[in-house]
Amino acid sequence: MSGIMVKNITKKFGDFVAVNNVSFDVREGELAALLGPSGSGKSTLLRVIAGLENPDMGQIFLTGKDVTPLRTQKRNVGFVFQHYALFKHMTVEKNIAFGLEIQKKDKKEIKQKVEELIDLVKLNGYNKHYPSQLSGGQRQRVALARALATEPKVLLLDEPFGSLDAKVRKNLAQWIRDLHSRVNVTSVFVTHDQNEAIEISDKIIVINRGKVEQIGNATDVYEHPKSKFVASFVGNVNVINANIKKNYIVITGTKEKIQFKEKTGINFQNIVLLIRPEDIIIKDNSTEDTVPCIINGIYYRGSFYEVDLKVGTNNVKSLVPKENFFKFEWQKGEKVYVRFRKFKIFEASEGHKKVHEMLKQLGYIE
Amino acid sequence: MNKGLKRFVKGDLTVRGIALFYIGLLIILPVIAITTEAFKGGIPNLWKQITLPQALFSLKFTFIIALIMLVINIITGTATAWVLVRYDFPLKKTINALIDIPFAIPTVVTGMMLIVLCGPRSLIGDFFGKHGIEIIYNKPGIILALIFVTFPFVVRSVQPVLIEMERDMEEAAQTLGASKFKIFFHIVLPTIFPSVLTGAALSFSRALGEFGSIVIVAGNIPMKTQVASVYIYGEIESANIQSGLGTAVVLLLSSFIVLIFLNFIQRWSNKYGK
Repeated sequence: MSGIMVKNITKKFGDFVAVNNVSFDVREGELAALLGPSGSGKSTLLRVIAGLENPDMGQIFLTGKDVTPLRTQKRNVGFVFQHYALFKHMTVEKNIAFGLEIQKKDKKEIKQKVEELIDLVKLNGYNKHYPSQLSGGQRQRVALARALATEPKVLLLDEPFGSLDAKVRKNLAQWIRDLHSRVNVTSVFVTHDQNEAIEISDKIIVINRGKVEQIGNATDVYEHPKSKFVASFVGNVNVINANIKKNYIVITGTKEKIQFKEKTGINFQNIVLLIRPEDIIIKDNSTEDTVPCIINGIYYRGSFYEVDLKVGTNNVKSLVPKENFFKFEWQKGEKVYVRFRKFKIFEASEGHKKVHEMLKQLGYIE
Repeated sequence: MNKGLKRFVKGDLTVRGIALFYIGLLIILPVIAITTEAFKGGIPNLWKQITLPQALFSLKFTFIIALIMLVINIITGTATAWVLVRYDFPLKKTINALIDIPFAIPTVVTGMMLIVLCGPRSLIGDFFGKHGIEIIYNKPGIILALIFVTFPFVVRSVQPVLIEMERDMEEAAQTLGASKFKIFFHIVLPTIFPSVLTGAALSFSRALGEFGSIVIVAGNIPMKTQVASVYIYGEIESANIQSGLGTAVVLLLSSFIVLIFLNFIQRWSNKYGK
């Protein structure tokens, strides 16, 4: 297969295992996100792909070729560093031309290519500027043009938007998405920002403590998280402790029950319900599948309202679309009812196989 | 203007006044004094003093020796800074602290150390002497003394720049296909170059005026191993202040040129900014 293949990569720093037996692949032309908290090993993994770190075990294949024994110089990867790493003593055009000059390309050809790239990253007129004279977003674009100059088969970006302010960040992310579809280079970018990953990537590889937690597209990872970590790292989530009793879920600290749609007939202690804020529906009256709660706080968030609720001993957040909110005009301290439109059960999976199987069949766990 | 601001400006003016007065008294006044004294007899007369055979030789000799020292110092100083920043080895901290020793040791002691180590009666001096090379009381001794005395300048000005230099710049060059050799010459060297020049200029300027260690190791033979500072000293000793003045003015002018040069480097390297 062309694209990128990471096979059983392990990287240790002394006793610390930064990357632990990680495998995944990125198809040709795909834009993949390595998503994880800081210290999860995602940057190390990217550096291993580039050859800037040597793995202790495993192999890296780029465009179908095993490049594990090759030095960085021979891998033909474009790399965009978090802090741009522009050559400070060179102008914008010299920076972009560097890789081509190393390849001893014809002067005319270099000039033409540099012009093309400057056009591509929309930095016309900045040819003779030094990096210190550019804004963060402009520097990032120079770094990108420089990485693309040698027409690499693979583009690696380490927290590419990490040091930019929110607005620039959003624009640049979208712009990179567009650019990627134009130049069609297989790309991997590292990020700790789930929104960034969801917005611009074809594939998300969620990494935690040096291990792959889940691989999938944005919908998979958000709607069908395979672990508690993924559910809570990707997007916001409410955590509610509960027990399963016969056909009900009983929320800890209350007598309130939620009836399963199906008759399960099982008992299980200490489960965890994970519910997205948008899946908590506030209602005025009680029905079979609702639990009572108290409104603890109401916060205006622009296009929606964020409502803090107390369910038993659990504090939960609900996102309410504006129009719903205006319809009911809830007040702080008011008693209302909530329905959990969708939730996942975790930790029941550990230990009890039968329960696990049943819940899986019912679609409550992955 | 409110009272507080008024008092602040007044106080500020006083501080500025004192500082300016102090600098004027301490630095500008002596410079003016020696310059007016030197030009008192007219420019042709001054030129005559400078071009006296012995004076002219001492000046030329000083510059040549300083330039030789400069080349050696630039290479060894940069290499030392590189090793101290980029490599780990036992006793690194101690060795790093030892770099400053030449600044701390009185230069006369430096001269004596060299005599004890390489003088005619030492093991090393004896060995070279048998092969017809005289270290002490000749040029090699003077160069050794200058290298020793000015060694910290280049190391100490390059070191912080190397520490601050982000490794990712070199890694970026690596991903673009540059070999280690090319990375050093295209990325590292241009980055540290202003600081190398700064260190070099400081050590050059220091070498021009070095007296204590040279007077001991040079032998001070006129027209053979006499440097400018020792020549000036000799003239003053023999009460020929006027003939020493010409040489002094040339040294002073050289220092100014170095100063202007340093200023220029500063501006030039500021162009890339941080």
